[in-house]
Amino acid sequence: MSEATHSTRTARFEARIKKRYAAEKRFKFIGLGAIVFSVTVLAILLVSMTMNGIGGFQRAELTVPVDFRTAGLTIDAERLEDADAVQALETAGLPMLVESAAEEALGAEGAQQLGGDAWREVAQAIVADPALLQSEKTFHLPANNAFAAALRGEGREELRPLAKQLHDKGLFERRFDPGFLARSDATDPQVVGIWGALKGSILTMLITLALAFPIGVLAALYLEEYAPKNRWTDLIEVSINNLAAVPSIIFGLLGLAVFLWIFPYYRSAPLIGGMTLALMTMPVIVISGRNAIKAVPPSIRDGALAIGASPVQVVFHHVLPLALPGIMTGTIIGMARALGETAPLLMIGMRAFVATPPDGFTSPATVLPVQIFLWSDEIDRGFIERTSAAIIILLVFLLVMNGLAIYLRNRFEKKW
Amino acid sequence: MSPTILLLLALGLGLAGWLAARARAYGFKREVGSTRLAALPNYYAWYVALWVLIPIVVFIAAWSFIAPQMVTSSVLASPAAANLPEFGFLRNTMLNEAMAVATGQAQAVFNPQAEGLVEPYREAIGQSRMIGLAATLILGFMGGAWAFLRIRPDFAARTKVERVVMGILLLASLVAILTTLGILASLTFETIRFFGMVSPMDFLFGTHWGPDPMAATADPSRYGAIPLFWGTIFIGAIIAMIVAIPLGLMSAIYLTQYASPTWRAWLKPALEILAGVPTVVYGYFAALTVAPIVRDAAVAIGISNASSESALAAGVVMGVMIIPFVSSMADDSIAAVPQAMRDGSLAMGATTSETIKRVLVPAALPGIVAGIMLAISRAIGETMIVVMAAGAAANLTANPLEAMTTVTFQIVAMLTGEGSFDHPATLSAFALGFVLFLVTLGLNFIALRVVKRFREAYE
Repeated sequence: MSEATHSTRTARFEARIKKRYAAEKRFKFIGLGAIVFSVTVLAILLVSMTMNGIGGFQRAELTVPVDFRTAGLTIDAERLEDADAVQALETAGLPMLVESAAEEALGAEGAQQLGGDAWREVAQAIVADPALLQSEKTFHLPANNAFAAALRGEGREELRPLAKQLHDKGLFERRFDPGFLARSDATDPQVVGIWGALKGSILTMLITLALAFPIGVLAALYLEEYAPKNRWTDLIEVSINNLAAVPSIIFGLLGLAVFLWIFPYYRSAPLIGGMTLALMTMPVIVISGRNAIKAVPPSIRDGALAIGASPVQVVFHHVLPLALPGIMTGTIIGMARALGETAPLLMIGMRAFVATPPDGFTSPATVLPVQIFLWSDEIDRGFIERTSAAIIILLVFLLVMNGLAIYLRNRFEKKW
Repeated sequence: MSPTILLLLALGLGLAGWLAARARAYGFKREVGSTRLAALPNYYAWYVALWVLIPIVVFIAAWSFIAPQMVTSSVLASPAAANLPEFGFLRNTMLNEAMAVATGQAQAVFNPQAEGLVEPYREAIGQSRMIGLAATLILGFMGGAWAFLRIRPDFAARTKVERVVMGILLLASLVAILTTLGILASLTFETIRFFGMVSPMDFLFGTHWGPDPMAATADPSRYGAIPLFWGTIFIGAIIAMIVAIPLGLMSAIYLTQYASPTWRAWLKPALEILAGVPTVVYGYFAALTVAPIVRDAAVAIGISNASSESALAAGVVMGVMIIPFVSSMADDSIAAVPQAMRDGSLAMGATTSETIKRVLVPAALPGIVAGIMLAISRAIGETMIVVMAAGAAANLTANPLEAMTTVTFQIVAMLTGEGSFDHPATLSAFALGFVLFLVTLGLNFIALRVVKRFREAYE
């Protein structure tokens, strides 16, 4: 380190280089900060949803032992097989029976806090297992909404002592509520469920997949393998690229103006929702499909052509099977996006209050994201937790779909 | 459910035709012996199956459109329909009720007047089902028989089948053009109707927005969309971009230039998850978590009238949503800069950050700018975040703490309200959609051009 060999390293030089290295470090730190910010926001989002959502999978339940042997409920075993068995139990006096059982267990005031439809859960248990009528069973029945709020220490003051008293006795507790996954929308957050919306989402996605996947793949094959270079092809390409970037709400307007004009009776049906989302998903599938097809090396095509395959055979016997994993990845990502889409479905009327799960592609339905939106609009505190729980379910579905896409990509990706 | 059953029937007939033709082709093979068939037996099978399926599918598509109208008109012609109310809501309700009972969806009619219509409906529906079934069978057999009789050992079945396949491929790619045309047509049509009631000048340059869906006539002074355009630009193009551009760009730079492969393998999927979160979840997050924080912060610095719905909360969350998008666009454009430019700069003694700031980013700038334009087009078209967090008041202000409304919010509000479809308030949603469509189209078009030219420059 003699002076002669480093004559350029003057004091000014050293100072400058120090400054430059400091700037370098700062810059790198800012970059790291940007990433950390994004990841932190993601973490806050997920954690806050989970914290709220865990409560959403629970509800406040009163413990009511019912002894059917002494209660004297008379009903034929055959009636319980009928479709309207719950009504039959109602006329047989089940609501009164449940109420008196509740009075016995919780006292008169406590029994009043039972949810209005709590007896229905007892009725469903009996329909599922008629042998119950000859035995005794302890039910955990939903309290009404005001009493549930009282357990959280909110809502009406005068209910809180009673809630606390029953809670201390172990008769009034928040319990895991598996029915949340099996019920449908309701006005009372204590008895809402997500199954109706989930089923609506599944039906809608089936329609979307059935339309967007074949059309998207076939269009990608045409554009990549056969399309002549002319104005029409350019027009198709420009429309696909633009459709991929058109705001989703515009597709909702299209669905409203065109599909609902053709099928006015199917307002808020999964059929119309699926068709609207299919138009939105198709360009995504075309674009990812084209990339996957492009990645298949030309030598495959040349080889097949050389041994006498026709152009159609080349594509359907060789190119398409090789490109399929890539196409599937793109399709799953497109479907995941469609599953989380809300705005276009609001436009075509899938925001109605639907209290029963849809029984077909043409019956009124709602979907998960719209259900989340509707619940988030509710003023009742009980809905906040339910909304977060629904969000967790939606995110789990999206996570599974994206995970599947990543797995497919890693498992079948070929480097040629 | 009738079209579904017909389609299943068509599939069955197609399968029968397929099997029959295949058997016949194998028969030829045995008869002819040494001479070869003009195509593989499966192609004969597909040829017949296509001739069975295509006419039926075309028929079912047309029939499911015509049949309900035929049913309705034949019911209306029946004597029971004579004493129906002339027009309007009640008439439709009765018809729907009677139809629901006739098809078994409902147990009984609510309206006694509809009772008499049930029988005609049942008859008409039964009749139309019979016609549909018969036509399906006849068409299937005719198409199948014609094709079946045409197949001979020297019949070029493969070329015929492949021509149909090419036709189907072309049709599939035309769906994109049809969709674009459908969007343009529906938006233009309704927008023209709207402009027949409210002049474009009042709409585009008016500064007061407050449509009244219940008012009998349109008051043009209530349809000024400037506050909506301003709200959209302020939230989507200003606040969101102030968040998204620096964070997205720096994320991309860190990921591509600094992060070790292990970190990259973890951080990139995290950003992808951020991009995959549905907008309704972001909206909920904005309304439930971010908006109260913004309000409390505003109150803490001495602004007493801060509202719980603010442009700032919506804009910031929208910016976070856009970060992964900006980041991946910037990532692509930086990766497209030739390695030689980077190496040259480093060889001259520049530090990594100097190389990035002075060489890579300037070289990648066209791509980055195009990416930002796409990001803006996405932000201004975003709906759920503003619906849930930005508020409904059309304020023309530059204060980010006030509630502000956007084009997309008003489209949702106008179309999910109670107004009838002919009311200018409802139609204004289509005019707003038209403006939104044109703006995003313009942004996308320019951006894609820039990206294309930029790519060519380095290839």
